[in-house]
Amino acid sequence: MTSTVTEPPRTEPGANGFAPPPEEQTRRQQVVYLLSRSWLFLFLLLLVLYFWLASPPSTFLTGSNVAQIALTTSEVVLLAIGETFVITTAGIDLSIGAVLFFSGVAGGEVMLKLSGTSAQTLAGQYPHAWRGIALGVVVCILAGGAWGLLNGLVITRMKLPPIIVTLGTMAMAFGFGDLIDGGSYLPAPVPPGLTHGFGASKFLGLYYPIWVALVVLVVAHTVYQHTRFGRYTAAVGSNEEGSRRAGISVDRHIVKVYALCGLMAGTAAVLDLAIFTNTTSVAHQTDNLSAISAVVIGGTSVFGGFGTILLSAVGAFIPTVLQNGLVIQDVQPFWQEVVVGATIVVAVYIDQLRRRRMNR
Amino acid sequence: MATTTPLLEAVGIQKHFGRVVALRDANFALERSEVHALVGDNGAGKSTLIKIISGVYSPDAGALELDGERVTIGNPREARELGIETVYQDLALADHLDAAANLFLGRELYLGGLLGRIGFLDKSAMRSRAEDEMRRLKIGIQSVDQPVLGLSGGQRQAVAVARAIAWGTRIVIMDEPTAALGVRESGMVLELIREVRNQGLAIIMISHNLPEVFAVADRITVLRLGRTITTLRREETTLEEIVGMMTGALEVAA
Repeated sequence: MTSTVTEPPRTEPGANGFAPPPEEQTRRQQVVYLLSRSWLFLFLLLLVLYFWLASPPSTFLTGSNVAQIALTTSEVVLLAIGETFVITTAGIDLSIGAVLFFSGVAGGEVMLKLSGTSAQTLAGQYPHAWRGIALGVVVCILAGGAWGLLNGLVITRMKLPPIIVTLGTMAMAFGFGDLIDGGSYLPAPVPPGLTHGFGASKFLGLYYPIWVALVVLVVAHTVYQHTRFGRYTAAVGSNEEGSRRAGISVDRHIVKVYALCGLMAGTAAVLDLAIFTNTTSVAHQTDNLSAISAVVIGGTSVFGGFGTILLSAVGAFIPTVLQNGLVIQDVQPFWQEVVVGATIVVAVYIDQLRRRRMNR
Repeated sequence: MATTTPLLEAVGIQKHFGRVVALRDANFALERSEVHALVGDNGAGKSTLIKIISGVYSPDAGALELDGERVTIGNPREARELGIETVYQDLALADHLDAAANLFLGRELYLGGLLGRIGFLDKSAMRSRAEDEMRRLKIGIQSVDQPVLGLSGGQRQAVAVARAIAWGTRIVIMDEPTAALGVRESGMVLELIREVRNQGLAIIMISHNLPEVFAVADRITVLRLGRTITTLRREETTLEEIVGMMTGALEVAA
């Protein structure tokens, strides 16, 4: 019996070229892509231009002020690097600033305890400063990593949304940190070997913390772009179930990413102590805002799947430039939060527009 | 043909979910280098059967034989190790990664030496092998290093198929491979299925679209209420006959 069925249209054999999308659309995609990427630089340029023109002469764009901005940005860069990995997995880490604070308190206490008796450190004497600094730095970094590990384990084992888990650990890390230091500051500044000798010292014209941030930045960028770790981070954020079916240990990878983010916060805590000599929770309330804004302004998608470490680092300048410029102009620095907050919303809106364009 | 052992044979498969009987007596034989369609009404047990073959479920009774040897497939990874790959409809690809990255997802190639050992990817090797693979399957994609997000539905399905067959696969299972596609794109995917068969692989395909089944399948197995009704060569039957068997309007002496 012959079939009366009509066959679906066939394409020419060999040419069964899945037709390429029209040239025009690719070009429009490119324009959207470029715009969505370069608005960060335009915005930053405008900010700098505005502060330069509006501030009293030789206050904003001076060598020492730019160095100051770069110094404070070095911390945000580290946070933004960790946050870029997390956000690329379609997660978020709200606890990053609290973890920085907790790590600073824990590491700072260890530094003081090991540097001398409390009477000595209160009097500004640190007979065993190097022992204290060495162990304190390790404690800072490990404490950060431990909080990150906790975040990752709770998110994957208890299957809870990252925004809730890290909101919880944020409150806990702030709370524990304040419990340790009595809600104010460390009893004494950390040893000058770390502050004068590192935070306020320069190497080849740049402060040491900036060098730390630059080195971590280059390493993190390379890992993100060229290694299995980076590729799995993007894959998990792009399609978690698909990644699992492709044989990737998705949960383990997510734990690693949050642990890395915690390690970055712990490292940033070392820089924080070195730059500011002391720490207090009030100073870190909006660190997560700064880090997340740097990442989303830098073009990393909050919906997961892709991002750029280097642009997150550029984005990290926006909160710090704003803060610095507003202080110089004697404007209430609270405007910084207003502008940064609004910028996050705009950045995510642009991200969404780009997704819509690409999904067509 | 009748003398050789089938590539894969399922004999007397039964599967219950609580009191619900999904498969009562499913029998299925897959030859090398054929497109074998599984058809049946909703609830006939098609999906259960392919999930047993792909290791998602294990059968309550019955046996699976691969190359004439009895096998148990405990999970999807074991199925993959036996050369059985499943192409999932929407879950297959990571949208933001390019075609080459998707092709190698979970099986990346690394640089030689120390760099490779610490996880550095050999991107250019993956790209050129991906290009070879696309050419071999006559899949026209302008560039394998653009995110697959920008590809059409048919192109994406093609990348998913390419991934499924790139790893010493012998059997590809496709569940409704054209369900989400337009007419033109469906035609392209069917062409790709023929191409894959011509390269010597066996394809198990579930489809509700009978004209498509008749366009591409070499043989058709009809399931009804958890039982295999019959397996027919495409030339031996008609769409009307298949529909009759699917609905039970046409009784077949088993």
